[in-house]
Amino acid sequence: MPLIADTTACVGAGQCALVAEDLFDQDDDGIVEVLERDPAPEQEADARRAVALCPAHALRLDP
Amino acid sequence: MLVSSRPDRDGPAGAHRADVLIVGASLAGLSTAEALRAEGFSGSIALLGEEGDPPYGRPPLSKQVLEGTWEPDRAALRTAEDVRALDLELLTARALGLDVRCGTVCTTAGTWRYGRLVIATGARAVRPADMTGAERVMVLRTLEDAVRLRAALAESRTVAVLGSGVLASEIASAARGAGRRVVLLGRSGRLGIGSPGLCLHDRLSELHRRHGVTLRLAAPVRGMAPDGRAGMRIVLDRGEELRSDLVVAALGAVPATEWLHGSGLDLTDGVLCDAQGRAAPGIFAVGDVARWEDAARGPARRIGHQSAAIDQARRVARTMCGHAPEPPPLPFFWSRIHGTGIQVYGDFPGEARLRPIEEDGDRAVLASMHARTGRVHGVVGWNAPKSFRRARQLVDRDRRPIARE
Repeated sequence: MPLIADTTACVGAGQCALVAEDLFDQDDDGIVEVLERDPAPEQEADARRAVALCPAHALRLDP
Repeated sequence: MLVSSRPDRDGPAGAHRADVLIVGASLAGLSTAEALRAEGFSGSIALLGEEGDPPYGRPPLSKQVLEGTWEPDRAALRTAEDVRALDLELLTARALGLDVRCGTVCTTAGTWRYGRLVIATGARAVRPADMTGAERVMVLRTLEDAVRLRAALAESRTVAVLGSGVLASEIASAARGAGRRVVLLGRSGRLGIGSPGLCLHDRLSELHRRHGVTLRLAAPVRGMAPDGRAGMRIVLDRGEELRSDLVVAALGAVPATEWLHGSGLDLTDGVLCDAQGRAAPGIFAVGDVARWEDAARGPARRIGHQSAAIDQARRVARTMCGHAPEPPPLPFFWSRIHGTGIQVYGDFPGEARLRPIEEDGDRAVLASMHARTGRVHGVVGWNAPKSFRRARQLVDRDRRPIARE
């Protein structure tokens, strides 16, 4: 399931990296770096939580 | 407007019904509908909005949309498909009144009977007091405001921003980014950003000055008059006058509770709610219109952050579905001023000092710490997102109810 980040919407809050550190990191400007573009089934719950918690609505998990 | 094909009418002719009626279709209202579905609620949900646009986020309006780096429709929070998938009845209408005894809301699209009601009507921009020419003063609250303001910026050489809060700073920043001459006029003598308030005044002032914004922070506006086709003459103290092509007021927002007058709800500064967002049996309020109690953190207050709108919506949905509420989250918000990213998490009680705990050039993390115990109440990231993320965990680690410390 493709995990997509809109880096122009990202505000560097880091919520994604806090809840799913295997899936996300931040560059030096705080902008999201997606570590796993196609999360495994066992990572999906974390991915969904990160998507829901992103304050900038910058993440999307496409079916 | 998107209307589901699901009729749900009951009662006298013209009266509609929904198990849950949500008045206000911006982020708080939409998030409540989403959270209800996520909690497994399968009853009927009607979502009533005034604007007719798909729900959009407010933070980008004073940043990307105003700066022109985003087209307005990019601020939309959801696609039409996302919303359709929620199986809601969507209405474009304005709420006119609430009858708690009958359990009905009167709207411009008829009367709605509800099983439960969620009030999510948000807030309106404060306009300057009645002065000649005040109608030329622009505000920034809605998507329409942002589009109009962006166009006005393109046609103005000089801009005066009234206000000293975060929105005033963001508008000043966008105007400087567009190459305009900008003066920021405040009354209180200091600049503030949200909950850390005036503690960031020195950094903010320096940031503005470095980017060419003229700061007049103890300059209350005594009068205004139109000047020319679109400009304004602003009268300050001692007869001093400023001329500006464009005047924008960023003086705060008032909760949109006029339609609730006479309903019996406590409307002093927003709809007063308990810690679960309940204003009355079966009636909840979320988002910028709501003032929630939180005994652990102090008196009831309105929180105008986007993160609060989402969190409150989730809590209300869980409560309505009979699920135990999660522990209340701490407020988080961010801003971007002259390219500097500012992030804020936690609380900033007046008694606690805000001091840098990390500093490296123009990057810093500041923490609000209890003088005696060293407990970290809140943290501010100034151009330091990764450090901020670490610092957030200090707040969470130290978290417990604020008793007498």
